[in-house]
Amino acid sequence: MKITMPRWFYQLASPKWCYDILGMLSPWLGLAALILLSVGVVWGLVFAPPDYQQGNSYRIIYIHVPSAILAQSCFMLMAVAGAIGMIWKMKVAHIVAKSAAPIGASMTIIALSTGAIWGKPTWGAWWVWDARLTSMLILFFLYIGIIALYSAFENKASGDQAAAILSLVGIVNIPIIKYSVEWWNTLHQPASFTLTKKPAMPPEMWLPLLVMVLGYYCFFAFVLIGRTRIELLEREQKSGWVSAIINEAR
Amino acid sequence: MNFLLATIRRELLLAFRNRSEIINPLAFFVIVIALFPLAVSPEASVLANIAPGILWVAALLATLLSLESLFKQDFEDGSLEQIMVSPQSLLLLSIGKVISHWLISGFLLALLSPLLGIMLFLPPIAIGALVSSLLLGTPTLSLIGAIGAGLTVGLRKGGMLISLLVLPLYMPVLIFGAGTVQAGVMGLPIGGYLAILGAMLVLSLMLAPFAIAAALRLSIRG
Repeated sequence: MKITMPRWFYQLASPKWCYDILGMLSPWLGLAALILLSVGVVWGLVFAPPDYQQGNSYRIIYIHVPSAILAQSCFMLMAVAGAIGMIWKMKVAHIVAKSAAPIGASMTIIALSTGAIWGKPTWGAWWVWDARLTSMLILFFLYIGIIALYSAFENKASGDQAAAILSLVGIVNIPIIKYSVEWWNTLHQPASFTLTKKPAMPPEMWLPLLVMVLGYYCFFAFVLIGRTRIELLEREQKSGWVSAIINEAR
Repeated sequence: MNFLLATIRRELLLAFRNRSEIINPLAFFVIVIALFPLAVSPEASVLANIAPGILWVAALLATLLSLESLFKQDFEDGSLEQIMVSPQSLLLLSIGKVISHWLISGFLLALLSPLLGIMLFLPPIAIGALVSSLLLGTPTLSLIGAIGAGLTVGLRKGGMLISLLVLPLYMPVLIFGAGTVQAGVMGLPIGGYLAILGAMLVLSLMLAPFAIAAALRLSIRG
């Protein structure tokens, strides 16, 4: 059986085509991120009503929840990109995965540290070893391992594939994080957001959260595109189109 | 099938010819455990409390340290390359390697563990839980660890990197392994814990060989 993918999928394999398309998308995503994040931050931190139990300290969810969602999405993106790179031998996919790794690691740090800051007044402890927190910590270690693996190989193509294998293996952690609050009796509360159910919060609380999540995704895409384009230039430095860009800049 | 048995036979023969390969992880296991009474407290009540965790962490580290040499020699003398160009499957080689690695590390550690459990004042009712959890959990450690060993075999300084790659993936096994022993100490049923360890073993047995073979292929190509 021969599987043919749509034309745009094959065009993705061309570094130059990707560089140009991503360059066109980048300013729009940056603008969207700027608008969404500033609206979301002001709305969430100033105008949303205080919680009847936690008062104002709950407002950290407007930072915490989006970064935790992004930390997991980023890992899934790396695994999918790694799989595409291994199956279709697509260099660009590996470059995207490599550029995503440090962003995902930073998102995990943000989620863990904002959680700790919130945990101190609410739970009375910076850190508890419950399933959700521990599995997020494991996610952070996995990111560290993948980043270390990229830099361990002198041959970039081997490093790409090694990291792809590791991210495909590490993907088992994602469902564990997701369902940790349901499988175990954790101190961490269940998901704030699901696609299927109505949130437990009133709309004036979750709407700004939704804006923040969307803003984070746009910001993530914006940073990812920037990093990917730089990596593309670096890896393709011997090819004609990169020299053309450099000459133009001179 | 013959190839699988031949691989296991070859690995075990090599290990018996060079006994330090067998003895070193076991000695490491014993020495690490002997550190805790010296560092924490020789009190029976304190040691009994932390014994399940210590025993499991030490077994995990002993497995981890023996992993680096898993593919090293075959990689350096070229036999791995020969197997790859031969019609034999790299998948079977990976499974055979892991089975023999487990036989000379995890399996022996599990057999040795009751003695160390008693040294740490682990209540006798928990000894069964200790041995059964190690027997079910350490093969998973060998399987996951072999992925890390395969990925790093071509690197000059692979040792530290293996730990970095593999330890996060070991954590779930550690949680349920030590949990089994903890439940055994308290006299609770351990069936549920063992079932989860068994499930992790089945899952890794199905998926890990593919990852190991892919990792080896990538390391050989360089």
